[in-house]
Amino acid sequence: MAEFLSFRTGEAAQEPAVTVEAFTGQTNATAVRIEPGEDARALLPHIDRLSLVEVNFPAFGDGRGYSAARILREAGYEGELRAVGDVLVDQLTAMRRCGFDAFKPNHPLDDAVVKTSLERYDDVYQKTIDGRPPVWAKRHPEKVNG
Amino acid sequence: MYRYDQYDQEIVDARVEEFRDQARRRLAGEMTEDQFKPLRLMNGLYLQLHAYMLRVAVPYGTMSGKQMRMLGHIARKYDKGYGHFTTRQNIQYNWIKLEDAADILAELATVEMHAIQTSGNCIRNISSDQYAGAAADEIADPRPWAELLRQWSTFHPEFTYLPRKFKIAVIASAEDRAAMRLHDIGIELVKRDGKVGAKFFVGGGMGRTPMIAPEIKDFVPEEELISYAEACLRVYNRYGRRDNKYKARIKILVHEIGADEYRRQVEEEFAHMKTLGIDPPVAELARIRTYFADPAYETGLSDAVDRSDPDFALWLDQNVVTHKQPGYAIVNISLKPVGGIPGDASADQIELIADLTERYSLDEVRVTHAQNIVLPYVKKADLYALWQQLDEAGLGESNLNLITDMIACPGLDYCSLANARAIPVAQKIADRFADPARQRDLGELKLKISGCINACGHHHAGHIGILGVDRKGVENYQLLLGGSGAEDASIGTITGPGFGEDGVVDAIEKVTNLYVAERQEGERFLDTYRRLGMKPFKEAIYG
Repeated sequence: MAEFLSFRTGEAAQEPAVTVEAFTGQTNATAVRIEPGEDARALLPHIDRLSLVEVNFPAFGDGRGYSAARILREAGYEGELRAVGDVLVDQLTAMRRCGFDAFKPNHPLDDAVVKTSLERYDDVYQKTIDGRPPVWAKRHPEKVNG
Repeated sequence: MYRYDQYDQEIVDARVEEFRDQARRRLAGEMTEDQFKPLRLMNGLYLQLHAYMLRVAVPYGTMSGKQMRMLGHIARKYDKGYGHFTTRQNIQYNWIKLEDAADILAELATVEMHAIQTSGNCIRNISSDQYAGAAADEIADPRPWAELLRQWSTFHPEFTYLPRKFKIAVIASAEDRAAMRLHDIGIELVKRDGKVGAKFFVGGGMGRTPMIAPEIKDFVPEEELISYAEACLRVYNRYGRRDNKYKARIKILVHEIGADEYRRQVEEEFAHMKTLGIDPPVAELARIRTYFADPAYETGLSDAVDRSDPDFALWLDQNVVTHKQPGYAIVNISLKPVGGIPGDASADQIELIADLTERYSLDEVRVTHAQNIVLPYVKKADLYALWQQLDEAGLGESNLNLITDMIACPGLDYCSLANARAIPVAQKIADRFADPARQRDLGELKLKISGCINACGHHHAGHIGILGVDRKGVENYQLLLGGSGAEDASIGTITGPGFGEDGVVDAIEKVTNLYVAERQEGERFLDTYRRLGMKPFKEAIYG
């Protein structure tokens, strides 16, 4: 059973994450934690000094964190993006596609189920920042750049 | 019609196995019901009063005969021999066992069907005009756009846990047959400088706070459709209310911040989205469009129809609609026989419709949001033979758009959310107005019944609407007048105090009598109501 999952190479960030309010008021913090109602774009001026963004999911059904993750990745954030809280194994695929590369769920995840879930779909319909070519790009290789 | 390629098929097959594994983990106790619920819901599986209900997607209401036959097979093998066609152009089965659900999905996948996102707080089945491709008044076939949106919305990673469910409709005619402006996003295809684009209406809906969607964008070109839709959804996902499920639909967000502010936020997000390269190339919509090319029509056919059988002539006048192709007609099969359950069809009837689809309608059949069936490509020369076979199977009712062609939700007979029964009320109204001549005299009259405030029966949009409520443990029915889901969309107004089951039928008779007495040349019930206002109708009911 996995209590922490990372898809990054190297050590996981260790610095405790501070709130968005504390982070934007400090000059030296490198880890921050976003709550569902907070605007991920408030972090964009500071992404160069960030090494960890935790996105909290107090309840698995609150999907705001998926948008927060994509916004950060779309803005070029390359540090660790960690989903924490009520994160369920059946959500990992979508979270990976939105740019999360680390998970610290409230309840440990079964490794075998994690593996099966993440390998389930060979193809995806949308282009996101995860780099997977969507089905339409495979259908029209000559029309798609990159 | 659209056919899966290897990618579409792989994705649907993978979904079957994913669900099979999820159901297994639930049955083995590895997941709580709370954890399983959003997973099964995203696959259309609801726990109802008596059993599980499975809702199967019929994308934009279009199927082949083979797909329709599969729906009959499922009704016979896994249900009690019935299917219920819904206002989302889907079909649902009310007596499903959890243990069977994955097998049903596997059978559906063999005919390119699924139950993906037919419930849950995600983007639902995309609906469209049931006459698409056959209608004389459309500027383009809306279904390629709907299919593009279907693929985009399937397992969209960012929009799987929205504040609430999300419904999209696409139409391409000035006449709105899909209640487009009562959707979270309604898209009307329009032409500008010879190019087809999408006009976006956002924030419509029914439920306890009915709203007609305001126009948010007058023209989105096809190469930016996905970026714009994604911007609309992202603003909603981030800022839609999550503190109260009754205020969580996008209509509340648009209403609270105002259409102008919502538009501004979407534009800002859209400007960003356009830089991400998330729109498919135009070649993709072109690829999809080839599947919706006109079928191989015969030419030189006669438009003459022998009307000598009077019952057939009545059906012809009421249920058969003008086709864009000479020699062809659009046939509506009513699923509203007097005494029946609106939208229900037996396995035998579904299979017969599948046969007739192949024999008479160039292998295409449609489901309508009014819970009827359409055969869109019937040769006029075949109409009589077709009608005879429909009539013999109890499918020959000549009541399209008449008072007995009601929309009704399943109500308290099946649904765990309902406060009141809807089906028995529909049956009583049908009995009262059973005389076909009387129905025809009343003319177009859209009557819609919901068994609770969630408004699955579209009561807000009925020329006459009925809302069942629970009043101190007794079923009570409120009456609404003046709603419309068409291009003249409007929300109905409650007449006053509610009624018992028989009282509401009496009240309907009073308002229709007043209409007959007061109508002017060519006026429908709705027109007379709009001209006279509520007052005389109220006096007729309560005076």
